[in-house]
Parts: sequence; structure tokens; C-alpha cells
Amino acid sequence: MATTSVTVTAAAQDLRGVARSQWLMAFERFRAHRPAVLGVLVLSLLAIACAAASLISPYDPDKTQLLSLYEAPSLRHPFGTDDLGRDLATRILYGGRVSLTIGLLAVTVAITVGTLVGVLAGYYGGFLDSLLMRFVDAMYSFPRLFLLILFGVFFKGMTVGVIILVLGLLSWLTTSRLVRATFLSLKQREFVEAARGVGARDRRIIFRHILPNSLAPIIVAGTLGVGAAIIAESTLSFLGLGIQPPTSSWGNMLNHATTDMDKAPWIAFFPGFFIFLAVMSINFIGDGLRDALDPRHVVRKT
Amino acid sequence: MGRYVVRRLLQAVPLLLAISVAAFAIIKAQPGGPLAAYEGNPDFTEADRVRLEHAFGLDQPLPLQYLNWLGSFLRLDWGYSFASHQPVLMLIGERLPNTLYLMGTVFVVVLLVAIPVGVLTAVKQYSWFDHIVTGTIFTFLSTPTFWLGLLLIIVFGLQLRWLPLGGMQTLGASFDVGDRLRHLILPVATIALVQMGSHVRFLRASMLETIGQDYMRTARAKGLAERIVIMRHALKNAAIPLVTIIALDMPELFVGALVTEQIFGWPGMGRLFWDAATRSDYPVLQGILAVSSSLIVLANLFADVMYGWLDPRIRFS
Repeated sequence: MATTSVTVTAAAQDLRGVARSQWLMAFERFRAHRPAVLGVLVLSLLAIACAAASLISPYDPDKTQLLSLYEAPSLRHPFGTDDLGRDLATRILYGGRVSLTIGLLAVTVAITVGTLVGVLAGYYGGFLDSLLMRFVDAMYSFPRLFLLILFGVFFKGMTVGVIILVLGLLSWLTTSRLVRATFLSLKQREFVEAARGVGARDRRIIFRHILPNSLAPIIVAGTLGVGAAIIAESTLSFLGLGIQPPTSSWGNMLNHATTDMDKAPWIAFFPGFFIFLAVMSINFIGDGLRDALDPRHVVRKT
Repeated sequence: MGRYVVRRLLQAVPLLLAISVAAFAIIKAQPGGPLAAYEGNPDFTEADRVRLEHAFGLDQPLPLQYLNWLGSFLRLDWGYSFASHQPVLMLIGERLPNTLYLMGTVFVVVLLVAIPVGVLTAVKQYSWFDHIVTGTIFTFLSTPTFWLGLLLIIVFGLQLRWLPLGGMQTLGASFDVGDRLRHLILPVATIALVQMGSHVRFLRASMLETIGQDYMRTARAKGLAERIVIMRHALKNAAIPLVTIIALDMPELFVGALVTEQIFGWPGMGRLFWDAATRSDYPVLQGILAVSSSLIVLANLFADVMYGWLDPRIRFS
């Protein structure tokens, strides 16, 4: 008796080994993508350091120190100090909280709106579809930076909440097209007919049967979108229309750097380097996810 | 084909109208308003305000204001800048050549580098060359344009003092080709290094797909030289999607690169937009928005048509 049960479990395990879930297989492919794993590592370290900024750094990020203006990088100030004597490393950590949060939440807004619009257009079709898609076409026809600048002028610089909303509401277009395409291609398929045949309601068909099929492209687009949002925020703040001082963001720390580039080039270097580091990690992760979630996408030579 | 183009053009009309409504609405939503300049003036009475609003048609219902604006816009009467009181068309006409000069150079440089590099990385997939290029591309695609611009200024302008920090030419100096070119290098490098990446990646992926196809084996089996197989059989087909990407880049030639123009003090369209936005100069903003979005719509149309024309496998129905 005991032996049989052991064999049965072993057989079951064997079977599980063969029929691994889609997500497990994707995870294994992702783990094999070395740059992506490195990206996860760097980004996690960065996020933890920013979250623990007050524990790591002995300095106040916003307090001006008139006796230590423009100090070059040293042991006391690893990235130097800025035009008001504030420790750059500290401000970068605190600014990282702002920049990373904005990137993440703006994409959350964008994905929510994009999915909603894509579902409405793709599933219900007809007049609603043409109306929504023409709206998307029109939105695509404005350079995004122009719109961001107009919003920045409108709000006279933005708070974290406003910039998240504005970035999110300007970045959902691609997601809506992706979701709509999935719905258009799947809503006539047999499995949807079958679900409808056994009496499933629209909501169940949309969220249980069709939407999961566009999850992979949404995840990839969303990940890369975080990097794009961080760059957009930093560009806007660099131009002086985004996050306003004294709150630091990686972008607005570079705003004053332009005037001091000659005597204090480190002020221009370090905040930008962290934008670069974060965006590069995110792009690596996005690349890894693309390979992992869409096996057709790569033919890898081993 | 001809009918397809006509139909697409007709479809573009409602889209352009929708864009014009959006542009009008965006500008109308901006704070201040065209009479903001007078608000602080103590001699500016309520009666003056009413009189001016009437004179400018600002007391009419919004839809009527929109139609008036659209009408004069189509007649190329784009109004006068609030800031400089010059005609909007003239302002745009002054800046456009500067932007075309900058972005045109970028365009040529990007293609001259991206096409050979894209082909080589595909032909020599997974070679050290491919790895280096792919890594470099990834680096620049993750670099914020404005930071790259600042770094180039610091290194080549301030530290090494090889190149000028900004502007189109040395102020006060007479026209000199060498001087002009020296001013061009850093802004072009800033835009091109970031832009090049997507083109190389695109061409590389497209080439790899083409190289794997059966007719390539056939071409080799016929005994054709590898050069001809790659250049004539593979590149010609692989470049088709690249053409659409290039077509979609065209609006940038006119709209310019705002951030780069700002950093390098380049008097182009991007800076014109920036100055107009920060000064609430509505007529100029409306003009630039209308031009840029119409260009984007036309570029999309052009890209679709080109794609079908270059690739006979695509049928217009």
C-alpha cells in the first residue's frame, strides 16, 4: 500500500514536470536571460536604497549648507554637493523615490485606461469602436512632449499626483490598440462562442476568456513604459515644468546643473546617471519579458 | 492603388478636423487668455475688456470662435504672435529652415550609419561586432536625450574645448562653413545617437527574418556571390519596413527636437514652441500644433502607401 502511494506521487510529479504551466515556463526563460536578471537586481537595489534613504544618509536632502557649496565628490560627499551645499547622493536617493514612483504609477494609470478603452472598442465594436479609435488616432497626431509642456504650463509645474495622472492619461494609446487587437481576433473564436453558449455573461467572457490572452504584450509594453515615463518626467522636470523644488526628482536636479556645468560637472553627471541606470535596467527587464512571454519572438542559438 | 490613396486621403479629413478641434480646445483651456497682458494694468477698465473681447470676437459662442479660427487658418491667415506681434507664418518661416538644417543632417547621418551597421549585425549575428553594437544601442536607447546633450557639452565643449557650447554659429562672425559645421556636431550627435538605435535594431531584426527565408538559399544555390545575395536579395526586402519607419520620422524634420534645441540654444521650431508655451502665445502655439499634427497624419498616410507600393504582397482592399 505504502509503495503504491509513493509510485503514484512520483508519477504525478513526473506528469507535473512535463505539463509545466505557461507562466512557469516563461519564468524559466526569463531567468535564463542574463541581462534581465541583472536588471531586476540593479533595480531592486536602487529601489531599496531609495526607500531606505533616511537610514543610509546622515544628511537632510533639502537643507542648504552654505559652508559646503559645490564640493567635489569626496568620502564625506560621495557624489559631491550642489549649488546650495546639499549632499547630491542624498538628494538622488530621495529623488529616486519620486522618479520611480511616478514611473510605476503613471504606467498603472496608462494600462488601466488603455485596457478599458481597448476592451470597449474591441469587444463591443461598431460606432463606439470607430469613435474611440478615431480619438486614439487624433491623440497620436500630437507630439507627446508638446502636450506635456502645455500641461506643465497649465499647472505651473506639477505635483507628483498631477504628473502621474498627466503622464498616465497621455500614455495609454498603445495599450488600447494592443488590447483591441486581441479582442478583434478572438471574439469570434469557438471558445468564446462556447462560453457564451453555456451562458457566460459579457463581463466573464471579457475578463476570464479574452483579456488573459493580451496579458503578455501588456506586461511587456507596461514594463518598457515605466522607463519611458521616467524619462518623460525627468525631461519635463529638467525643463522646469515638472516636479518643483525643493522636492528633488532626478530630472529637476539637472535643471540648475546647466549653469554650473563648468565648475561643478558632477551636478550634471550623477542624477542623469541614475536615470540612465534605472531606465537601462527596466529596458533589460522588458527585453527579458518579451523573450520569456513570446517564444516566437526569439530564436536563441545555444 | 490610386483609389486606395484617394480613400485614405478622404478618411484623413475628419481626422484632421478632429485634431483641429482638439488643438483649439487645448489652447482655449490654457490659463491667462489673450487679454492677460492687460489684466494688471490699472487703467484697463471693464468697459475696455468688453470692447476688446468684442473686437477680437472673444464674446462669441465657442463653436463660432472655432469656425472663425478654422476659416482664417485655412486661408493661411494664422494671426499675430502676442509676444513679438509678428505674423505667425513669418515666425514659423524663420525657424523652419534652422530645424530642417539640423534635423536633415541628423536624418542623413542616422541612415548612413544605421543601414550598414544594421546589415552587418544581422549577417554576423552573435559575433563580437554584433554584441558590441547591440550593447551600445541598448545604452543609448536608455539615455535621456537631455543628459546626453549635457555630457557632450561638458566633455567636448567645457573640458576639451574642441567644440562650441551652443548656437548655430559664432555670434558676430561672418558666414563660415567650418564654423557652421562645428556648431552642428554636438546637437546632431545628441539626437542621432539616441535615434540610431531603434533603426539599427529594426533593420537587424528585419534582415535576420529575411536571411532565414527559402529564396535566400535558392539565391545562394544559383551560385550568386554572397555580397549580391545580401545586398540585392535580402536588403531590398528587409528595408521595406524600415521605409515606413523613416516615413513616420518625417514630421520630426519639421517639428524639430525641442529638448536638444533648448540645450544647445538652437533657434528652431522646438524652441519656438517652448517660448510660445511659456509665454502663453496662443496664435503661435495653434500654428505649430496644427502644422505638426497635420504632418504626422500625412506621414502616416505616406508610410502606408509606400509600404504597399514597395511590397506587392500587400493588397489594398
